[in-house]
Amino acid sequence: MNSARERAIRIGAPLVVGALFLFAWEMFVVVRHIAPYVLPKPTAIWEQTLKFFGDIWESFLYSGGNTLAGLLIGALLGVALAIVASRTPFVEQLLSPMAAAVAAMPIVALAPVFNTMFTSTSTTPRRLIVIIVVFFPMFINTVRGLRQVDPIHNELMTSYAATGWQLTRAVRLPGALPFICSGLRISSSLAVIAAVVAEYFGGTQNGLGSRITSAAANTAYARAWGYVVASVVLGLLFYLAALLFERIVMPWQRTAAL
Amino acid sequence: MTTAATADRAATAAPAVSVRQVSKTFSGRKGQAVTALQDVDLEVAPGEFVSLIGPSGCGKSTLLRVIANLLEPTAGSVEVFGKAADQARRDQDYGIAFQQAGLLPWRTVSANIELPLELHGVGKAKRRARALELLEMVGLADFADHRPDQLSGGMQQRVAIARSLAESPQLLLMDEPFGALDEMTREYMQVELVRICRETGAAVVFVTHSIPESVYLSDRVVVMSPRPGRITEVIDIGLGDRTESLREADTFFTRVTEVREALRGPHAAAQALGVEAR
Ligand SMILES: Nc1ncnc2c1ncn2[C@@H]1O[C@H](COP(=O)(O)OP(=O)(O)OP(=O)(O)O)[C@@H](O)[C@H]1O
Ligand SMILES: [Mg+2]
Repeated sequence: MNSARERAIRIGAPLVVGALFLFAWEMFVVVRHIAPYVLPKPTAIWEQTLKFFGDIWESFLYSGGNTLAGLLIGALLGVALAIVASRTPFVEQLLSPMAAAVAAMPIVALAPVFNTMFTSTSTTPRRLIVIIVVFFPMFINTVRGLRQVDPIHNELMTSYAATGWQLTRAVRLPGALPFICSGLRISSSLAVIAAVVAEYFGGTQNGLGSRITSAAANTAYARAWGYVVASVVLGLLFYLAALLFERIVMPWQRTAAL
Repeated sequence: MTTAATADRAATAAPAVSVRQVSKTFSGRKGQAVTALQDVDLEVAPGEFVSLIGPSGCGKSTLLRVIANLLEPTAGSVEVFGKAADQARRDQDYGIAFQQAGLLPWRTVSANIELPLELHGVGKAKRRARALELLEMVGLADFADHRPDQLSGGMQQRVAIARSLAESPQLLLMDEPFGALDEMTREYMQVELVRICRETGAAVVFVTHSIPESVYLSDRVVVMSPRPGRITEVIDIGLGDRTESLREADTFFTRVTEVREALRGPHAAAQALGVEAR
């Protein structure tokens, strides 16, 4: 009824719950005398985050850059190949079962192998992993979306003697947008995970993942948690960006989420 | 005078539609074949309004789709303005409207009407102007930049009709375009359609379930019966000018009765159940 009030509750409630959670966490660590290597206090994490903010920001940008590059390339590649597959049954029969199989594999496990294939300072292996992780959900979702064509739209385009490419551009692709967007939502989260975790396996030491492992190895647990928090923020940022994209490209469909 | 002129034009120009000995069989599951059309002959003169009426499943939509070259007939031939049906489709000689509006939800009302023009390379300014002109014609000038989901079903249907007129076709194929409309809107749209046809001189093949609608709109009503789908009778209406008072005229009711009886017919008595007798 009262939309301003509803919005206040919708935004306020998670904030209150979050604050209560942090408070309970702090109390739990203090009262039970939990060792910092098991679980540091939120205040200690906050203090370390402020102290190393410059470093955290730099590694945030580095990992964020890898995520963004991998996400864009992987998504474009996934959509482009899905379009090719939807127009040539042979390509689809070739790619779809493979995509389904690869989508079920832990791609991040390839990180050490890729690292040895490129120079140790290269960002390529990390981006490559993000690309692969993003590609498959994008491809599978887009193929599915391109297949869903309203029979009336199909007949209409036939009556216009439209070419295959015109059908794809005017009907299939816009019709597939809900599927592409949900693929992008899944992929954006996967991309951040892949970019951060890929850094656990060596290479340059300037990303969030590398900083988490090195801080933990140096027993700077609160600082490691600071980097973890930065990774969480990065994940949220990409997810929100995917939602925003959805709103912008599909104004005719109100998304329920957020 | 007018009838003579029409007859004269019909004699010189090729017919708008010429369907000769057309049959269409669908091969269903388990090898069961459905004969949707059998030995159908139909000729529609330029500028003529012909309605197809008959019980559900008698092949009206199938016949319309065969004329539109959206379906290949199993036997027989179809010509549109003297050309083979597929050539006519490629030349955009007809406009088509289906029972559902079938608008593209991601395009504005105007962009939906512009779609056929866009596909055939008409420039931006030109097709926008045409869309606005057509929207004016169907009484939706204020809705050019709305999205289809912001329109009522009846308004969407009017947009679909405007779209079918985009390329000024001399033949309109309409499959129960008013089926989803309420009675008031329906009568309003009938008047609009008659006016549009008078202004553009287009021939129309119009599928309907409503006897009064077919009588009000048509020069001829083609009565079909199912299993196998074929034409059982063709009734000349010849009521002249469609005014509002025509709906209450005795001649109107005489024709309605005639069509109703043809639908009951010696063959179709049991099958006429699918037709609204309003
Ligand atoms: N694609 C198809 N495959 C198989 N059978 C079909 C197909 N299309 C139509 N038919 C069959 O052909 C017959 C005629 O169908 P059609 O749609 O032309 O009827 P109709 O007169 O338009 O009916 P309605 O008034 O209900 O729209 C029906 O028996 C139907 O089951
Ligand atoms: Mg039908």
